[in-house]
Order: sequence, then structure tokens, then C-alpha cells
Amino acid sequence: MKSFTYTIQDELGIHARPAGMLAKAVAGYKSVVTLDNGTKKADAKRLMAIMSMGVKKGHTVTVSVEGEDEDAAVAALEEFFKTNL
Amino acid sequence: MIVREGKSVFKGVAIGGIFVYRKAEKAVNKVEIEDTAAELARFEAAKEKAMGQLKGLYEKARVDVGEEEAMIFDVHQMLLDDLDYNESITGIIENDKMNAEYAVFMTGEQMAAMFLSMEDDYMRGRAADIHDISDRLISILNGTQVSPEAMPEPVIIVAEDLAPSETVQFDKSKLLAIVTQKGSANSHTAILARTMNIPSLVTTDIEIDQEYHGRQAIVDGFAGLIYIDPDEETMAKMVEKKRKADEQRALLQEMKGKETVTKAGKHIHLYSNIGGVNDVDAVLENDSEGIGLFRSEFLYLGCDDYPSEEVQFEAYKTVLSRMEGKKVIIRTLDIGADKQIDYFDLPKEDNPALGYRAIRICLTRKDVFKTQLRALFRASAFGTLGIMFPMIISVKEIEQIKEIVEEVKLELAREDVAMGEVELGIMIETPAAAVTSDLLAPHVDFFSIGTNDLSQYTLAIDRQNQSLDNFFDPHHEAILRLIQMTIENAHKYGAWCGICGELGADEELTAKFVQMGIDELSVSPGYTLELRKRIREC
Repeated sequence: MKSFTYTIQDELGIHARPAGMLAKAVAGYKSVVTLDNGTKKADAKRLMAIMSMGVKKGHTVTVSVEGEDEDAAVAALEEFFKTNL
Repeated sequence: MIVREGKSVFKGVAIGGIFVYRKAEKAVNKVEIEDTAAELARFEAAKEKAMGQLKGLYEKARVDVGEEEAMIFDVHQMLLDDLDYNESITGIIENDKMNAEYAVFMTGEQMAAMFLSMEDDYMRGRAADIHDISDRLISILNGTQVSPEAMPEPVIIVAEDLAPSETVQFDKSKLLAIVTQKGSANSHTAILARTMNIPSLVTTDIEIDQEYHGRQAIVDGFAGLIYIDPDEETMAKMVEKKRKADEQRALLQEMKGKETVTKAGKHIHLYSNIGGVNDVDAVLENDSEGIGLFRSEFLYLGCDDYPSEEVQFEAYKTVLSRMEGKKVIIRTLDIGADKQIDYFDLPKEDNPALGYRAIRICLTRKDVFKTQLRALFRASAFGTLGIMFPMIISVKEIEQIKEIVEEVKLELAREDVAMGEVELGIMIETPAAAVTSDLLAPHVDFFSIGTNDLSQYTLAIDRQNQSLDNFFDPHHEAILRLIQMTIENAHKYGAWCGICGELGADEELTAKFVQMGIDELSVSPGYTLELRKRIREC
């Protein structure tokens, strides 16, 4: 399993659009991607589940990736968070 | 005449007939089904059709209101594709053997309730999006039409609430205003209305009564009111208000984003005068290029004690951040004369206009001055800051100021506080400063001419004394010569020169100021666009 933590910079937190883009991005990998903000966890393929975590600006999330393509996925996701969130 | 109040989301006035808009009844029947595979196929087909509609809406919105606001329909597509949403629907069909309409309805209600229970306003607002996509699917499954009835002529829409897709579907040329009972100022519908320049009220205490259909009404987006069957007096007043608002908007359309350049190609910096943090809205709305005079007195007025460094820092930082790198010139405390503050305990004077005021207080009350300067330099890291000092009459004062400024900067540097580059300038508002501007210019980055005080001191006429109005000539040659002299001396020593007094907005003098070589004009935000137009003619 690979993981990284990221502190959200976006003013609105993890809002609908990046959550949707994230779900799309994750769908391209075989690995299971989980978001964890310390109180809730969500499967990153699931847009509404991600949104329901209510992650706001300044919150830190841990992104864990597990599966055969985890190396590629974790690199791509780190880049995704930096660019979009 | 009936008057109802709401929260305005766009400042404008609309006059026309009311169109009471009701959503088509979306009665959802709960039906048990046998053939779950066929029902699943129905749902998949409806989903595909809904996707197609949303793509169409995205395109329409992109053309009507722009890429950014059209994104909501992109988000709707993503929501429609969400795994939880889809699994819940197919689960109800497969396991509970219920019809697709009911499965969509139940899932929509559940998901919307989940968003409504969240703390975050933004997330709560997403419940409307879930309802919107669910209603769309149900309409497709039911075979009912989603698009609103055709409106024969431009109307004021009165509705309980509008989904973003409904707002975008209305024919823009037939839409005068939107008044809703529900909604919020941050809803997508509100944002869309704002982008489409449609006067709109949300959370209005209006009845969604068919009785209102077709009746004459006025929406006043400035006051947040709707008048139904307005009386003659109100109508006349509102027609005038609408004319002015339309004129201002036309000007905005014409001048927004345009450069403030003279015919000869010289760029004039067109800035705004403000007196508080909230005025930044007006600065941005009127497409001003910066803030040429931020009166810091508001921080000191209306409180019982000296404002702390922290309070000041927050205010300066807010304004600098919101201006996003555009220049912000903050004038240090200018009290005394006609502006008195109790806790300063200023002695009564026979002649306050010629008395203990502005920089004279700051240079004797170093503690007060240093607190303000510390807050200013700390805020300088958040934008492009200029500081200017009022009521200067001599080089000696500038030297004293600079000494204190250096002290403050050194202190902050020792505390490892980040600071930006800061321009230092002075107000030219005394004849002494204007006449010796050649001596002052080498010591500063800029001059800003305060024509109000400069006029009263030059002409020896008290601004407050109305009986002297006949003697007062704002265009007096003495004032114009002092301005000319000040600009020339600034330029001789590499400083720039602006005007921040009332004369700066006087369009009769614009051509003259341009001819004199003025670099900047700072006026009330409301004058910005007219003045830009005038400068472009010079």
C-alpha cells in the first residue's frame, strides 16, 4: 500500500467539481483509493461519498492506494491534488 | 400596491408583467414490477438521455453565461454518474422490485437529505443539484416535459424556487427578473442571474399565487423589493431609477476592461477613493484599476479606544488581498479639524483647520503612528502597497517620518516579518507643499494632490461656511497653477503625481489635467467609468 497526506488549499474544500474529477481519475486505475480525514473514510471512486466527508480548506486528508498499479496511481493522484485542490 | 421584500442578488430594476412559474407536478407512483431487467434498461436509457440533455445545457450556458458558470452542468453529469447514486437506484429496482421513477425519487430524497444535514453552506446547497438531476430523470421516465412553458413576452418570473437548469432554459430575451420564495444568494441560480445581468430576489416573502399572473410589477434590485400593481409615484421613481441603472450598465459594458488611455496614448492610472473595507466591492464592480486613497480614519472613528495593531493589520490585509496585486495607497491617520475623536483628547482650538491635525498629531504621538505603520508594513506582504502622509508642509517632516518608518521596518525585520516593496508619498494639500514641491519631490515616490484642502487654504475660504459659496471658485487660476507646478516638480525628480481630491472627478478639468501631465486620478468608485470614457476622449 502507498499513501500520502495533503492539506487542502482550495477555498471551497473538496467541492463537487474536483470530487467528480477525482472519481473519474481514480476510475482509470485498478487500485482501491481511499480518502481519510481522521473521522471519515471514503472510496475515492464515489463522488457523493467524497463530498459527504465535508473536507474544507486547511483540512488534511490521507490518500491511500492499494493494488497492482499503486505506484503509478499514487504519483498521478499526488499531482492531481496539487493541481486541483 | 403590494410590496414584498427579498434578498437581492443583482442590482438592477425591471418593470413588466408577472409570470407565475410552477413546476410540472412530478407525482411519482410506487409500482411493483416483475421484469427487473426491463426496468433497469428503462433507467439506463433515461440516464443516457439525461446525459445528453445536460451536455446540451452545458453548451447553452457556456454561450449565455460563460464557461465558469456552465460548469454546474458538468457537475450534474458527474453526479448522475456517481456510483452510490446509481447503485442505490439499481438496488431498489432489483431487490425491492420497484419502478425506476420511484427508485430515482427515493434515492434523490435520501442523497439530498444527506447533503442538507451537512454543516457547510456550500454542501447544503448541493441538495438542490441532486433534486435537479433526479427530477430530470423522473421527467424523462414519465415522459413529461422539463422545459418551461413558452413565454410570449418578456416577464418577471415569480416562483417558489428555480433549479439552475430551469434558469438557463428560460429564453434570456424574455426574462426581465426572477423573484423566488426560496433560494439563497449563493445558489447557482443566483449566480446565473447575476452573470446574465437579471435583477433577482431570493428568499422573498411573496405568495406563489396564480392571482399575480399577468399583473404589472417592478423589481428593485437595489432595495430588494418587488412592487405589485405599483402606484404612479412609485412607477415614476422606478422608471427613473431604471434609466440610471441601465445607463450605468451600458457604460460598464462599454468601458469595462478598456484601458484608460488618452488619445495621445498616455495611460492614466484611474484609481478609487475608499473609506472602509466594504467599499472594495464597489471598486471591483466599477473596474477601477487600484485604490488611490484609502482613508484610514474609519478604524479610529466609532470606537472607544485606539485600534490595535492587529485590528488595523486585518483591515489593511483584507483590502490588499482583495485587490489582488493592484495598487492600494493607504493614507495614514488624518484627524483633527472637522474630524474629532474623543479618546485622542485633543485640546479645543480657535482655528482647528490651521491647527493640530493629521501628520502633526502623528509626529508628536509617535506611539500611535508606529502602531499604524507596523500594521501597514506587515500588510504590505499581501499586495502592492503605497503609504501617503497628509498635511505635509516641509522636508523636515518627511525626514522625521522616514526615520520612524526605518525604525518600524527594522523592528519587523528583526521579528522576521515578511514585507513587500512599499512606495512612500505625500499629500500635497497645503500651498506650502505645492510651492516647495521641487524640494519635497526628491524625498518621495509620489505626490497625491488633495484639492479640497489645497483649495480652501489657497483661497482662504472655509469649505464649511456656506455664506462664502459665492466667493469660492473651484477652478481658480491659483489652484490650477499650484497643481501644474506640483506635477512638473514631481516629474523633474522622477516621482509620479496624482489627484485624489474632488477636482479629480471634475470632467471639465480632465483635459487640462491630462495636458498638465497628470499620472493618476483617484475618484469615488461610482465615477470611474464615466471618467475613463472622458479620459479616452482627451
